[in-house]
Amino acid sequence: MLEYRIDRRSGVATYLQIVQQTRQALRLGLLVPGDKLPTAREVVEATAINPNTVLKAYRELEREGLVEAKRGLGTFIRRSLGSAPADSPLVEELADWARRARAAGMERDDVAALFASVLERQFKEDGDS
Amino acid sequence: MTETVIEAEGLGLRHGRRGGWALRDCSFRLREGRVCALVGPNGAGKSTLLTLVARLALPTEGTVRTAPPEALAYVGQDKPLYPQLTIAETLRMGRELNPGRWDAGAAERIVEGLELDPRTRVRALSGGQRTRVALALALGKRPALLLLDEPMADLDPLARHRLMGALMADAAEHGTTVVMSSHILTELEGVCDHLLLVDGGRIRLSGPMDQVQAAHRLLTGPVAARAELAAHTVVETRTTGRRITALVRPRGPVDGRTWETVHPSLEELLLAHLRSPDAPPFAVDDLLAGTEVPA
Repeated sequence: MLEYRIDRRSGVATYLQIVQQTRQALRLGLLVPGDKLPTAREVVEATAINPNTVLKAYRELEREGLVEAKRGLGTFIRRSLGSAPADSPLVEELADWARRARAAGMERDDVAALFASVLERQFKEDGDS
Repeated sequence: MTETVIEAEGLGLRHGRRGGWALRDCSFRLREGRVCALVGPNGAGKSTLLTLVARLALPTEGTVRTAPPEALAYVGQDKPLYPQLTIAETLRMGRELNPGRWDAGAAERIVEGLELDPRTRVRALSGGQRTRVALALALGKRPALLLLDEPMADLDPLARHRLMGALMADAAEHGTTVVMSSHILTELEGVCDHLLLVDGGRIRLSGPMDQVQAAHRLLTGPVAARAELAAHTVVETRTTGRRITALVRPRGPVDGRTWETVHPSLEELLLAHLRSPDAPPFAVDDLLAGTEVPA
């Protein structure tokens, strides 16, 4: 079951944090179609946020077609996102690249900056994704 | 169908015939399912407002319509409990005083977190432990409206998080309307979706949290452009060198070339109002507000 982490000081709206973490879990293949999201009760009990915020996030995910609310049963994943699940060969290739960057003496921030700039060049025309 | 849970109209309370007004001209509506933050400095009138809504005091003027007594629970700052009763006896009293509506499960879940022998007497409990027992008694009543006066004041951060979580879980399950007061502003951010700012016995800000926040902007620009601010309702201005920062309620477009514009945080919004007692009040009627209600 997915556990949401809420950072009250991040400046990102709470419902958006839930939306983003759900999308992230879908991208990584941690959530697959048919999986059930935690109930609003479960989320607020763990995070002490307002139940309406969870419902707002779930409505947003539903609007995007990612989840489906089934009355009396809960909210379920409808489709996955992206194409890089946690067990994709891309993960190991990227890890290998990161190891080599580190071995070459690069600092964490340098690696992050390099990765971000390559990403920026590759996805220039796509807008956000 | 959305229902009003509290409707206050010109509510006021005066201490004695010649005394000062603890609260005055207080009008607002709160709809079912809201979690409302009642904030303001010490002595602002928060507790007075809660006792009037709880019908523990009669208003000097105005009216308040709210849930019937059996559907209303109030936990005051002093957490009144019988010190000679044990935890188990206190809960049994709750059951007997609320025939037909007592929810033993809800009450016990709150008390279980204490990890204390139910035979412990209330007298032997710490302030924070008493808070939990008082809240258990309130939630066991299965209220439609829960009024909490500074509920988290004597709890450590972990207990506070747990109790707030338990409270929100209860609200999620039963659609309980909650009003809680606090002078710790950040404690309520993320928890509450409705705001009442009380200051000097008056309501200064009132309405759904997102709409109250959306009505305000924090502008930063050159002091020379100060005159442009007159086009908006100015809550507060502060000058640092040649820069001026203003919290405003925009009444028209803001020139993006002159002013850097951001949405204020809840804390910035509240502090600006508290520093500027003469700023005009702002209210969004909850029943006329957007249609965002729990599905």
